[in-house]
Amino acid sequence: MKVFGFNFGARKSSSADTAKERLQILLAHERGSGAPGPDYLPLLQRDILEAIARHVKVDRDAVDIRMERDADLSSLEINIELPKRAAAR
Amino acid sequence: MSKVIVVTSGKGGVGKTTSAAAIGAGLALRGHKTVVIDFDVGLRNLDMIMGCERRVVFDFINVIQGDAKLKQALIKDRRVDTLSILPTSQTRDKDALTQEGVEKVLGELREEFDYIVCDSPAGIERGAQLAMYFADEAIVVTNPEVSSVRDSDRVLGLLNSRTRKAEEDGTIPAHLLLTRYDAKRIESGEMMKVEDVLEILAIPLLGIVPESTAVLRASNTGTPVVHDETSGAGRAYRDAVARLAGDSVEMKIAGDEKPGLFQRLFGRTA
Ligand SMILES: Nc1ncnc2c1ncn2[C@@H]1O[C@H](COP(=O)(O)OP(=O)(O)OP(=O)(O)O)[C@@H](O)[C@H]1O
Ligand SMILES: [Mg+2]
Repeated sequence: MKVFGFNFGARKSSSADTAKERLQILLAHERGSGAPGPDYLPLLQRDILEAIARHVKVDRDAVDIRMERDADLSSLEINIELPKRAAAR
Repeated sequence: MSKVIVVTSGKGGVGKTTSAAAIGAGLALRGHKTVVIDFDVGLRNLDMIMGCERRVVFDFINVIQGDAKLKQALIKDRRVDTLSILPTSQTRDKDALTQEGVEKVLGELREEFDYIVCDSPAGIERGAQLAMYFADEAIVVTNPEVSSVRDSDRVLGLLNSRTRKAEEDGTIPAHLLLTRYDAKRIESGEMMKVEDVLEILAIPLLGIVPESTAVLRASNTGTPVVHDETSGAGRAYRDAVARLAGDSVEMKIAGDEKPGLFQRLFGRTA
């Protein structure tokens, strides 16, 4: 709260604040309304691979999925290594 | 050669996960390729303690069930590049973990890592037994109080009968890690003395980790306490890791350091 330029209640953010923030982000994802079920990622991976395999021959091992959950948005990064000569089917 | 180390205790809440995270990070800081595995199915916690909870995509059970490759489930630590984490499942029931599955995953990990640290669930049931079965060595985490010591004794019995190592060699190397050591309460006679615990359990002492506020701070921020060199607990874990790696380090009970004025003004770098 800022009154007359003084910042009351301002303090160095403590480790407990960090804990709260981390938990809020995590729990919002774990129980949030509209959040996908916890086990959707393997299914998503399978669907993506199937879609790609309809066009290009890919190796299951060449798929790398990374996730970064954050307060306002999460990102899902999917890297697929295509074969040297991406042979169309 | 790779080594599988189980961190176990019988009794719950004595500091297994704190210790697995600290020892895993400590081994990695020494340059060893290390992975820490969470065996506590349904109660995922190691990811929080190691600060990678926002990046979990696949877990141990996904790998066992063939839904993901091991490489996809391993999370690389952002602080130490020789460290990885294999999180457990938050949702599956405990039966999803099978002995064959565990053996297969550990076998794959052995090809890539020097140390594989297994964070066991509490208890002496199936989950704890699976976490220990393929271990080459054990770290028994004990608090200096009667129920913890008693449970540690039972776990030692299991380690020496229900592990592959014990089936082959008759015994498994086990180290005692005494945690939440509180000098004041030991002095006042409320808590057991180190010598007494050692006499009863009769296994070599790996380290004494003092009760420390740094542990709570470390779990709040998701930074294994071994990174906190000003804390007694952090230094105790560093020493324990050095002993585990074969160094001989004098056993001392570390207290927390108060940074001096100079250090506070100019940071800790000398
Ligand atoms: N040396 C210590 N000083 C102060 N607190 C500690 C210390 N070690 C562990 N704790 C605290 O004790 C609690 C239990 O620790 P931890 O989760 O590591 O135990 P655990 O054995 O893995 O528990 P569980 O059996 O539930 O898996 C945590 O709140 C942790 O912060
Ligand atoms: Mg635990």
